Amino acid sequence: MLDKNGIARTIARELRDGYYVNLGIGIPTLVANFIPNGMEVQLQSENGLLGMGPFPWEGEEDPDLINAGKQTITTLPGSVFFDSAMSFGMIRAGKVDLTVLGAMEVSQKGDIANWKIPGKMVKGMGGAMDLVASARHIVVAMQHVNKAGESKLLPQCTLPLTGLACVQKVVTELGVFGFDDHGFVLLERAPGVGVEHIKTHTRGFLTAHGSEPEISWP
Amino acid sequence: MNKGARAGPGWTSGLEVDVFLRVFKPMNKVFTDALSALHDLQDGTTLMLGGFGLCGIPEHCISALVQKDVRNLTCISNNAGVDDFGLGLLLQNRQIRKMIASYVGENAEFERQLLSGELEVELIPQGTLATRCLAAGYGMPAIYTPAGYGTEVAEGKETRVFGDKTYLLETAFDADYALVKAWKGDRLGNLVFRATSRNFNPLMAMAGKITVAEVEELVEPGALDPDHIHVPGIYVHRIFVGTNYEKRIEQRTVRPRS
Repeated sequence: MLDKNGIARTIARELRDGYYVNLGIGIPTLVANFIPNGMEVQLQSENGLLGMGPFPWEGEEDPDLINAGKQTITTLPGSVFFDSAMSFGMIRAGKVDLTVLGAMEVSQKGDIANWKIPGKMVKGMGGAMDLVASARHIVVAMQHVNKAGESKLLPQCTLPLTGLACVQKVVTELGVFGFDDHGFVLLERAPGVGVEHIKTHTRGFLTAHGSEPEISWP
Repeated sequence: MNKGARAGPGWTSGLEVDVFLRVFKPMNKVFTDALSALHDLQDGTTLMLGGFGLCGIPEHCISALVQKDVRNLTCISNNAGVDDFGLGLLLQNRQIRKMIASYVGENAEFERQLLSGELEVELIPQGTLATRCLAAGYGMPAIYTPAGYGTEVAEGKETRVFGDKTYLLETAFDADYALVKAWKGDRLGNLVFRATSRNFNPLMAMAGKITVAEVEELVEPGALDPDHIHVPGIYVHRIFVGTNYEKRIEQRTVRPRS
């Protein structure tokens, strides 16, 4: 099984030199800690920053400088600030190469739901609907099952959708999943996790042969 | 035009008088404080408020709205503040009738009023929010965006296919007032923002029928480099200096010094 850092480290393998990347709140944020040495990746924060740096040193927090998770951050040499329309302009125009975001549910068609539980929780979609409608590569980082132990990889989403047929890859504590015409495809297993265990915990249609390799990192 | 040039008799030769008045009307947009700048803001108004989370919010304008106790407001803002700061103050006071936002996760009172039906809420994608502001400021009645297609955001909206993608028609906002916070400004209303406190502020400044800007520093015309001005003063109607900004931090994240 992967822990949160393991999921982030696995997703970091999707990064390529020169990528512009938008990381969502939660596990996706951790991906920034696993950018390989020597690889140049620019992080886009949709509140208006390209070239996001690490958290500031204690005492150097700037209330005018935050990321989309409202955390205090820093800039790097070459960073740029812009307004929210330009920020979503570059997203909509397909300039952002990779988006990593969390989800409550993903369907076997690649639909994603992550912004609302009717009658219970309404936080809003923030920038997620814009990102999933336009980013070139969309990877979901999430726990495989919800708190009640039910699969979050489903035949169809039961919650209000964020986007339609847009997710290309899902990484959970159990493995890495892609999509084909039939549904989910197991690509890699988390270390020590068997295919039967993954099948048992996946409600959506899953293609898995048993020969899928364990996840390994460079 | 020379930097030191001033409007004077020499400029009027050949111009009609009304053109002269339109071109050279007085340009002093400075008010003393938030209350005077918002003197005519009434119950039932639709207003835009800049800021992302608590970053770059018009703190003094919000305080003045609380003080004036104007009610039945429709507020267009990316977020709704936190329980005891930002737009949360207006929510606590039940001054907001309808909220148009993209993310409201940080405000328990908001969620309570929403789930109980006391507050009318329209949640829209953040890029749609920004672009509907932009459309208003650029004089365009509507824009097409793919965000929200196939979701409940698309319900009742016109769609159109361009290439291999379906887009939603989203209309420009129509707000009575835009309340924004800038870093520096001059009496002509030219504005400059700082770091990520820019966010929605310039867009809303350009979209308001009456735009009120609060600034940390009011400078003389000419002090701002024309190449570095983010919002031309033509969009800004009133400006005042805010003092003692609280600038509350929502998530203080640091690297501890070892």
